[in-house]
Amino acid sequence: MCLGIPGQIVEITDESRLMAMADVSGVRREVSVACIADGPLSDLVGAWALIHVGFAMSRIDEDEAAATLEALHALGEVQEELEAMAAGQEAMKEGAEA
Amino acid sequence: MKYADEFRDPKAAKALLERIGAVVDQIGATKEKPVYIMEICGGHTHAIFRYGLDKLTPEGIEFIHGPGCPVCVLPISRVDECVQLAERPEVIFTTFGDAMRVPGTRKSLLQAKADGADIRMVYSPLDALELARRNPDREVVFFGLGFETTTPSTALSIQQAAREGLTNFTVFCNHITVPPPLKALLDDPHMILDGFVGPGHVSMVIGIEPYQFIARDYGKPLVVAGFEPLDLLQSVLMVLEQIRDGRAEIENQYSRVVPDHGNPVSIAAIDDVYETRPSFEWRGLGEIDVSGLRIREKYRAHDAEEKFGIGYGAGPRHVEEPEGCACGQVMTGRIKPVACPQFGKGCTPEMPLGALMVSSEGACAAYYQYGGARVSEVAE
Ligand code: SF4
Repeated sequence: MCLGIPGQIVEITDESRLMAMADVSGVRREVSVACIADGPLSDLVGAWALIHVGFAMSRIDEDEAAATLEALHALGEVQEELEAMAAGQEAMKEGAEA
Repeated sequence: MKYADEFRDPKAAKALLERIGAVVDQIGATKEKPVYIMEICGGHTHAIFRYGLDKLTPEGIEFIHGPGCPVCVLPISRVDECVQLAERPEVIFTTFGDAMRVPGTRKSLLQAKADGADIRMVYSPLDALELARRNPDREVVFFGLGFETTTPSTALSIQQAAREGLTNFTVFCNHITVPPPLKALLDDPHMILDGFVGPGHVSMVIGIEPYQFIARDYGKPLVVAGFEPLDLLQSVLMVLEQIRDGRAEIENQYSRVVPDHGNPVSIAAIDDVYETRPSFEWRGLGEIDVSGLRIREKYRAHDAEEKFGIGYGAGPRHVEEPEGCACGQVMTGRIKPVACPQFGKGCTPEMPLGALMVSSEGACAAYYQYGGARVSEVAE
């Protein structure tokens, strides 16, 4: 939960809410870029960031992202993060019929 | 040194280990008279065990595993309150998966879910917000948990809910802050500590200023560290060099991610939404002054404690730990996990008795998973 995971911002999805689509190890997930938005949002497209529980918290460079992903793989955290993201999707469906 | 070969840069790891060995010798630390270094963050605990850093580093260094795993320090009373909230028929209770198996008095959230409570594991408080939008006739409660790394995410979510006028979104706030428990540990006369490896991602949010008291008032060094193996080794070296030179400073090894002043947007959101509680209970450590956050009056519509009348001020607080559980002693570094009578017997990662066994960031779970030689050595 505290280690987060690097992701690359691929598209701004909602200007007013400061939301963007990120590519996290091949999985797409909408994240908030509020904490790293210190200029025009479009500048963020293509940037890498450390993503914690759905919020891009810190911009990092590509090499840093690769090294961090490698360390997270070794710790088994990449799988955990991706599973948590999938669970988040699942949570929307549960009980939807009720 | 077989583990060091697995590192991304084995040469660098070996060079660092040699320098660490030399400084340990200069200090004159030995197995009998080690330097005690506390890694505060649970992510660091996990990494130290995963990479076998405790075995690679000289015997003159003893790692003490700090209270930096939010799941591990969650008091039983708060888990009970989660279950109570989740069992309300109108509530959709949303939580990070890590918290599902933390034992409560009656049951864990996992058991409550099995018994029919509507509990959803989410990845982000943003998922909980979305659930609130989609389920206007239900009450969506998000279990806000964690240190300064996750606090901005719930603060920003509450601000967003307020902007949208989402009246069915509340947060059950259990956010805690890193500096106060460090002060409590440093004030404990039984605690022997020579220096700290400071949390990386908490510091990314708050910066390094909040740790200054550790150097200034207690004369101990702290080095903020990344969690890659080379980061940890380099940080340990920096702590040791300070000890050798008789310095006590707050240094930042992880400056490529951690700005000295933290993240201004996050800090502003936290200040806007939260205020400190007079005190907050930590599992194994007891009540610690100004160590927890609560939601400010202006956002009370999004405060689950206010809305559902539970939490602090709504009943007796202290709940005893399960019998035979030594979590408190492990957490303060008094004993190693293997010295707990329940370790690996009544308490395993599959069936945790204490919270330190629940998360991979907990000291007991880390020992259980990676303990190897160190476990048998201590068990003798
Ligand atoms: S082994 Fe289990 S009961 Fe014992 S200290 Fe660790 S978590 Fe607590």
